Amino acid sequence: MLSAPKPNFLVIDQVSKVYQTPSGPYPVLDGVDLNIDEGEFVCVIGHSGCGKSTLLNMVSGFAEPTSGEVRLQEERIVRPGPDRMVVFQNYALLPWKTVLENVFLAVKAVYPSWDKAEQKNTALKYLEMVGLSEAINKRPAEISGGMKQRVSIARALAISPKVLILDEPFGALDPITREELQDELLQIWRDNRVTVMMITHDIDEALYLSDRLVMMTNGPAAKIGEVMEIPFSRPRDRSRLLEDPRYYELRNYALDFLFNRYAHDDAAE
Amino acid sequence: MAASTPSSGSLLDSVMRFLPISKKNARKILASLVGTLLCLVAWQAVCSIPGAPLPGPVEVFTDTQELIIGAFDRTDPNSTDVGIFWHLMASLQRVAIGFSVAAIVGVLFGIVIGSNQLVYDAFDPVFQLLRTIPPLAWLPISLAALKNNQSAALFVIFITAVWPVLLNTVTGVQQVPQDYKNVARVLRLGRVEYFLNVLFPATVPYVFTGLRIGVGLSWLAIVAAEMLVGGVGIGFFIWDAYNSSLTSEIILALIFVGLVGLLLDRLVAFVGSISVPPERR
Repeated sequence: MLSAPKPNFLVIDQVSKVYQTPSGPYPVLDGVDLNIDEGEFVCVIGHSGCGKSTLLNMVSGFAEPTSGEVRLQEERIVRPGPDRMVVFQNYALLPWKTVLENVFLAVKAVYPSWDKAEQKNTALKYLEMVGLSEAINKRPAEISGGMKQRVSIARALAISPKVLILDEPFGALDPITREELQDELLQIWRDNRVTVMMITHDIDEALYLSDRLVMMTNGPAAKIGEVMEIPFSRPRDRSRLLEDPRYYELRNYALDFLFNRYAHDDAAE
Repeated sequence: MAASTPSSGSLLDSVMRFLPISKKNARKILASLVGTLLCLVAWQAVCSIPGAPLPGPVEVFTDTQELIIGAFDRTDPNSTDVGIFWHLMASLQRVAIGFSVAAIVGVLFGIVIGSNQLVYDAFDPVFQLLRTIPPLAWLPISLAALKNNQSAALFVIFITAVWPVLLNTVTGVQQVPQDYKNVARVLRLGRVEYFLNVLFPATVPYVFTGLRIGVGLSWLAIVAAEMLVGGVGIGFFIWDAYNSSLTSEIILALIFVGLVGLLLDRLVAFVGSISVPPERR
């Protein structure tokens, strides 16, 4: 460690969000408080409709809180920016650009003062990191979903964001690709010392990846139910983790939170 | 059906022996040749009825042989008495000028209007009204305003072609997927970068749809406009032939008008096909 991680790097301060609907105001989030340290890996879990994506949108700047505020390094977040890069749920790659061009565009946009070779080398370096050196001249339509997600991750990391925001990045992938990408993400996170905030539906994924797991209560007016510390030392090993008795304690605790204490009432929707 | 298969099969085989084309294409070409021939035969049959006012294809061909041979004649460049080729070229030139201006104006304004909801809401009703006005209805007002036959003809081309280009560009700009806009926002792409990397490529297929409709409409409009404004041009040629009761020449000119219109449409479609990447079509 070069320097001690700074606490209160990313602060979500009493954030509420109310959407105006034809049938009156609809509160999505009600008083969400969360402090994230620099370099921390935080996962957010909760049933659909609990406002996880809304919360993430307020960190990325695509949505603004109705009350309260989100601050990154003491600075209030009011709009999207490359310091909080997003790995979009459906990849959001430009179909008329090749894999390399997609990443290159991001590097060029964020570091306009670099010369072209430097921009290109940076794009190539991050594409190599996610194992896509062979596919740099293909277009998004010619590659698999897992590869598209890798491009999206490479694009996000290539601009060295302070916070990496991922909205269920591996949900649409097959289990083998998902595990590979989880390992790559962890490796990249360690190497780049980036702060990660990630939405997931998968408790095992959250336990394997995160330092803390934020569990949301159900909407409307969702808030943070509990924050679970994940105590496993790093680097983590998937099979060793499965032998740890604490793993099952935490897993059962999270399952109990989601499926008993805050069971999703489908009939209410 | 079963009886005709062997004979058409052997005919196909003999066609294919001479031409390097696939069986599917050979069948298509053969079918279109047969179809065209049937139309000519029907035309000839109808015009062979005693007292028919119009000539049949054979008569048209014999009457206009001289005209076809003299298509490139141009003894006096200032006279309207030139070969049919030069009339077509004059019309094409007008379309080229009017349509180019319409394409530039339509795309530029389309991008501005499509990018701004308020501007769109303000002008859309006006455009919806103007675009339904038939091309020739613009001619008297443009003659009154421009006081010049040639400029008026060009204006009619322009005003006819500009609406499909403009409205399709507007739609294209409005259809840019939210995901791409979000990428641009998070990267804080500048206006120029956004335009070049996101907005324009996403809009190109729509622009070409508009251009293709526009070029077709311009060609429809020019022939009609030239009948009224005169000078050299295929529309004038047709009107002149009518006034001289040369029905065969009218028919020949119509065939040429159709062929050129088809070529224009295919040309724009071809440019579109090389400009739009396959996964965006």
